[in-house]
Amino acid sequence: MTHATNTINITLKVWRQKGPRDRGRFETIPVKDIHTHMSFLEMLDVVNERLTLDGKEPVEFDNDCREGICGMCGCVVNGTAHGPEKAMTLCQLHMRKFKNDDTIVVEPFRARAFKVVKDLIIDRSPLDKIIQSGGYVSMNVGGAPDANSIPISQVTAEKAMDAAACIGCGACVAACPNASAMLFVSAKISQLALLPQGRPEAAQRAIDMVRTMDACGFGNCSNERECENVCPKEISIVNIARLNREFFKASFVSDAA
Amino acid sequence: MQFDAKIPTGPLAEKWDNYRGKMKLVNPANKKKFNIIVVGTGLAGASASVTLAELGYNIKTFCIQDSPRRAHSIAAQGGINAAKNYPNDADSVWRLFYDTIKGGDFRSREANVYRLAQVSNNIIDQCVAQGVPFAREYGGLLSNRSFGGAQVSRTFYARGQTGQQLLLGAYSSLSRQIAAGKVQLFTRREMVDLVLVDGKARGIIVRNLITGEMERHAADAVILATGGYGNVFYLSTNATSCNVGAVFKAYRKGALFANPSFTQIHPTCIPHTGEYQSKLTLMSESLRNDGRVWVPRNPGDKRRPSQIPEEDRNYYLEEKYPSFGNLVPRDVASRNAKEQCDAGKGVGLTGYAVYLDFADAIKRDGKEVIQKKYGNLFDMYHNIIDEDPYQTPMMIYPASHYTMGGLWVDYELQSNIPGLFVLGEGNFSDHGANRLGASALMQGLADGYFVIPYTIAPYLVESGVSNVTTEHPAFTDAAHQADTAIKKLMSINGKRTADNIHRELGKIMVDHVGMARNESGLKKAVGQIQSLREEFWQNLLVPGTDRDYNLSLQKAGRLADCLEFTELMAVDALARVESCGCHLREESQTEENEALRDDENYRHVAAWEYAGYGKEPKLNKEPLTFENVELTQRSYK
Repeated sequence: MTHATNTINITLKVWRQKGPRDRGRFETIPVKDIHTHMSFLEMLDVVNERLTLDGKEPVEFDNDCREGICGMCGCVVNGTAHGPEKAMTLCQLHMRKFKNDDTIVVEPFRARAFKVVKDLIIDRSPLDKIIQSGGYVSMNVGGAPDANSIPISQVTAEKAMDAAACIGCGACVAACPNASAMLFVSAKISQLALLPQGRPEAAQRAIDMVRTMDACGFGNCSNERECENVCPKEISIVNIARLNREFFKASFVSDAA
Repeated sequence: MQFDAKIPTGPLAEKWDNYRGKMKLVNPANKKKFNIIVVGTGLAGASASVTLAELGYNIKTFCIQDSPRRAHSIAAQGGINAAKNYPNDADSVWRLFYDTIKGGDFRSREANVYRLAQVSNNIIDQCVAQGVPFAREYGGLLSNRSFGGAQVSRTFYARGQTGQQLLLGAYSSLSRQIAAGKVQLFTRREMVDLVLVDGKARGIIVRNLITGEMERHAADAVILATGGYGNVFYLSTNATSCNVGAVFKAYRKGALFANPSFTQIHPTCIPHTGEYQSKLTLMSESLRNDGRVWVPRNPGDKRRPSQIPEEDRNYYLEEKYPSFGNLVPRDVASRNAKEQCDAGKGVGLTGYAVYLDFADAIKRDGKEVIQKKYGNLFDMYHNIIDEDPYQTPMMIYPASHYTMGGLWVDYELQSNIPGLFVLGEGNFSDHGANRLGASALMQGLADGYFVIPYTIAPYLVESGVSNVTTEHPAFTDAAHQADTAIKKLMSINGKRTADNIHRELGKIMVDHVGMARNESGLKKAVGQIQSLREEFWQNLLVPGTDRDYNLSLQKAGRLADCLEFTELMAVDALARVESCGCHLREESQTEENEALRDDENYRHVAAWEYAGYGKEPKLNKEPLTFENVELTQRSYK
């Protein structure tokens, strides 16, 4: 904030689509006088305010917390999910990362499993379906032992936390040439497989979640590492390796079907 | 209006046991005959849905986002309190209870707060068993840290993402119940009305945000867990979809609204930079454990912080409050920051910021230790402000963060409308006039996991299984009215967007109903809100149609509620001519500018009753009795 505020002019090429059945198209919108301290979403707010006053329909985009944790926002900006900065959701990207006269292409996260709802908004409910198929510890409220009766080494707890940091935004799917959700799935499987609380169901969980991922129309992992590259929470593909081990082990466990 | 808080008899420490021992139970075989609606999937809503579904009830759960995992509980950073006393530093249920009720400046109920402290330990057990990766010591046991307003270390945390991890724990359990068919989930739905039949809550109307259709849902009981209303200030730390709509609709249907003016302004947020600003980002209060707050001693000192020598720095919290120092409660820290800035000592572009300096902590512990504790917060700050807080002190300023006010509920978390229960930030019950850090997560999960599963039963037993269906005229009328309201918003066709009007409302609220309030300012605010409401209904512009996804229309609907509700906030603040907690009436201060309570005249909950559009609401008072704690003037010196 001690830096002087500059303004830039940009050209937006933004995806417009009325609904899942509409074919969609790019619309070019010249945008003048954007403060470089603005976040990317604040820039879109300004664009929408101007479109509305001009009698046009604003560009719909999902967003909520605007502090990078809810996982609601996300678009492909100039070909990269969540834009050019590493380890960052779109809401945390600031306009100081762009130059005057830049053309900025904005598209929704595209994947066979994600239907476009409108403009930049997509339906990510298949990610919820995957969690519903096993992304939990099957325990009811009331029966938990004292929290300190389950010691967990700090290293293990930190690894579990690294995986648990996933915000479920879907950028990994959008970045993957196969539209695979392996990074997302592996993050949850890793978290629970690393912790003793999750071990009893680890085998069944791995099988069920991978099967559901396939059934939802997500592709397979072919080690492109694009997912890791765009993940705003820097979830590592080490988790995919762990998922593969869990899945492989599960096929040898007789009580997992 | 007659209303009874239903506090169980017996000594404080035995009330909850007495209640549970004597309450009526729903026969296990009958639970599946009851349908319960839960609105909201934050910590309170998700945990309530999970627990009730596990018990066998049929649950319909609604959320406004595309997934229940996105509710704003997810953004809570610092931690969750519990009276485990793992660090052996003399913590206890009593001490957690006492700190909470004192922190709330004696404006909450003893019995509710004591119960909260009692169940706090179960929450930690539950979350660990779910696989929440709390921070741990080298030996593998759980780690604790200290937080504002307490002298013990009782806060459990998962890096700076505690809310996220607790919510994902509840969400995963919720997912399990969805898979089991016990919870039916409805996403991208906004509650637009509460349906009453024979005076009881029997269902809700929701707007499908994708199709614009009004959908009707009937049930035996309705639970609102829809969070707070900090967004009335426009700029706040809340998510953009947080709104007062659901609880406001309930208020209009006769639910009492308690202490609406009690709002918390969080001391450690990133200051704002310009008109386009859409939100203020909170930096966890835990930063105050290691950061030192200061401003230049001389007003107008424009030197860079590194060029200001020690003797020209005013560590005002440490100087004023030697025993709590930088760890004073939130309201005290916020008010002092404003006081320093009003005196011309503020820093940054706008002059409305103070420094939070980690230089000493880095010198003492090394950069690595600080990075481990706060790395993600430092990165976030660096990205937003474009300055490296390891090198240059952070700048912080208070922002609207949490609302202690909410729908009035009794000990069973039931509102005065039979069958309407309210949990989490949506109710008023546990935090009085000020909430301590790391207590919101505790309350949300306490209400959902460990209170409502018990306290809903007596109502269900007494009321029996409802035969009301969505064909009932009450549903038809409510759905029709909600649709008419939407059409009305679409038809104004004026010149100002909802955002633009909301920003103006926010300024009125910050100026007159914010950190410090006085009679003339509050009266001015009421007038300004009324004329802005006129302006809204004359000059609103909503683009698009009401039959597909239209965020502008959603915002307009929420703002319409805000424009009525903010007047209630100002009226409540006007009626309470005392200072307490976050509510500072300038007319009622100690000589040292601390909040001065008036226990003789204001030791009550102000429960407001709706009287009709544009009419003065009726004030009801629930007197607060303190049998176990002595009312003291809060002092953190």
